[in-house]
Amino acid sequence: MPLTKQEVLHMAALCRIALSPDEVEYLRGQLSDILEHVRTLQQVDTEGVPPTSHSAGLTSVMREDSVSDGLEPESTLANAPRREEDFFRVNAVLEE
Amino acid sequence: MSALHSLTLQEAHNLLLRREASSVELAQACLDRISEVEPKISAFVTVTGELALKQARRIDDQRAYDKGSPLAGIPFQAKDVICTQGIRTTCSSRMLENFVPPYDATVMEKVYANDAVLLGKGNMDEFAMGSSTEHSAFFPTSNPWDTSRVPGGSSGGSAAAVAADQVFYALGSDTGGSIRQPASLCGIVALKPTYGLVSRYGLIAFASSLDQIGPMTKSVADAAIVLNAVAGYDPRDSTSINTPIPDYTESLTGDVKGLRVGVPREFFGEGTQPGVLEAMNTALGVLEDLGVDIEETTLPSTRYATACYHIIAPSECSANLARYDGVKFGHSKAEAATMWEAMEGTRQEGFGPEVKRRIMLGAYALSSGYYDAYYLKAQKVRTLISLELDEAFQKYDVLVTPTSPTVAFGLGEKTANPLEMYLSDICNISANMAGIPALTVPCGFSDGLPVGMQFMGPALSEPTLIRLGHAYEQSCDWRLCRPDI
Repeated sequence: MPLTKQEVLHMAALCRIALSPDEVEYLRGQLSDILEHVRTLQQVDTEGVPPTSHSAGLTSVMREDSVSDGLEPESTLANAPRREEDFFRVNAVLEE
Repeated sequence: MSALHSLTLQEAHNLLLRREASSVELAQACLDRISEVEPKISAFVTVTGELALKQARRIDDQRAYDKGSPLAGIPFQAKDVICTQGIRTTCSSRMLENFVPPYDATVMEKVYANDAVLLGKGNMDEFAMGSSTEHSAFFPTSNPWDTSRVPGGSSGGSAAAVAADQVFYALGSDTGGSIRQPASLCGIVALKPTYGLVSRYGLIAFASSLDQIGPMTKSVADAAIVLNAVAGYDPRDSTSINTPIPDYTESLTGDVKGLRVGVPREFFGEGTQPGVLEAMNTALGVLEDLGVDIEETTLPSTRYATACYHIIAPSECSANLARYDGVKFGHSKAEAATMWEAMEGTRQEGFGPEVKRRIMLGAYALSSGYYDAYYLKAQKVRTLISLELDEAFQKYDVLVTPTSPTVAFGLGEKTANPLEMYLSDICNISANMAGIPALTVPCGFSDGLPVGMQFMGPALSEPTLIRLGHAYEQSCDWRLCRPDI
């Protein structure tokens, strides 16, 4: 069943992407087709099968808790779209 | 002697050792070649010519190649998803159009330690999402064998640059076929290593449980040489495996007698072009003549691999790409009244259509109420795909399939239908799911376009794949066929 316009907008809201009305329309068709394809997995019997999250066979890799050099403030801020002194400048998070 | 730029990495290294060429001459030959063919191919996002010549001069002065590294003084390209300190790294995305990394990826540190010469950064599908390089936000890349066709993707710029002799080799990345499929479509060799064998520190993340960096080269011997330099444990990548690294060039023996090779029939059915099947059947005959034992087998879960991949990869991508919020680096919407408007606008402007599709799909598959039906289900199917491969490797040393069901398709042919594009990685995805290595080697032509053969083996079987790939390559003349650009 094709996605509704509201469902597409819900998906976009989940990942904080604004969409134009045109984008909503073509994504609606494409995402519906892709979802229909991936639903073929429902045919597979996975009763009692454990999930695989990755194939490296490693768990909870920890490093020594020791002090090491990080990036210098200038390197860290070199790509900042907006900065003020040694800080990233952002819009207000908590409005009055 | 053939032109400098058309040599393999190994041949160029031998010239340096014999003082028959200098590193500066190699770099200049590649830069001349780039000037000549790049207007037709568009394989590079950035060419670092001046820097390359400077590096090459230093290496010539120090005679660094005499120290033994076969990479010393040899120009290469890095896919633009690999962070290069001080050199723009864009992921072929508007989001990172002006991003200059403050550090080098581990693979860059490793090849620089071998005195390799970086010649530029390779065009790709945006954030490595795609199979044709048409999803680059900047420009598409053309296939050197027919410039009206795609080079494959997502490492299409790297495959095209190696095929067009613009560099001696490239470093690409493979999440679901992204170095193997373009290598196949451009007629070159590429190896996706075992998950965790090559550090991903400084590789801009797409799907972290699948991504792996690997060599794209003109010969199997060259792939072994590059793998020697980049493989190895790295504490900065928590998925890096701590295992002894063999000398992969020791596998270039030519002796493959008695290797047990399985041919899974699912990869030779409907959807595979007749010309690809013909080339594969001839190639299987060559393998038999080399003394390997070939047997038909079956991997029934293969038919679910694409669907499984297109839940897992988008889910991981939606998490990884959440970092692009316009605050610390990357594109940022200039005028916005609120924090949310800034973030949503930044992501609307910075991401192209394929990236948006995948992030949205992933966020949906992970969202409350859908997680079990989509993401968890796909993780279970992933287990089945891996178990089936484990079982196959009880009987066979290597599985052989076509690398791509088709030869290079036309520019624009599949862009309107994402699902059709997704199916072009159908032969490649299982290796990423199971974390196993896979090598592609040119195995003929169909209508004048290259066909590739894929060898898959169990985890850490790179020596076996290199041994078989090299033996096959040396018994055919495909490596001598070069595109006429």
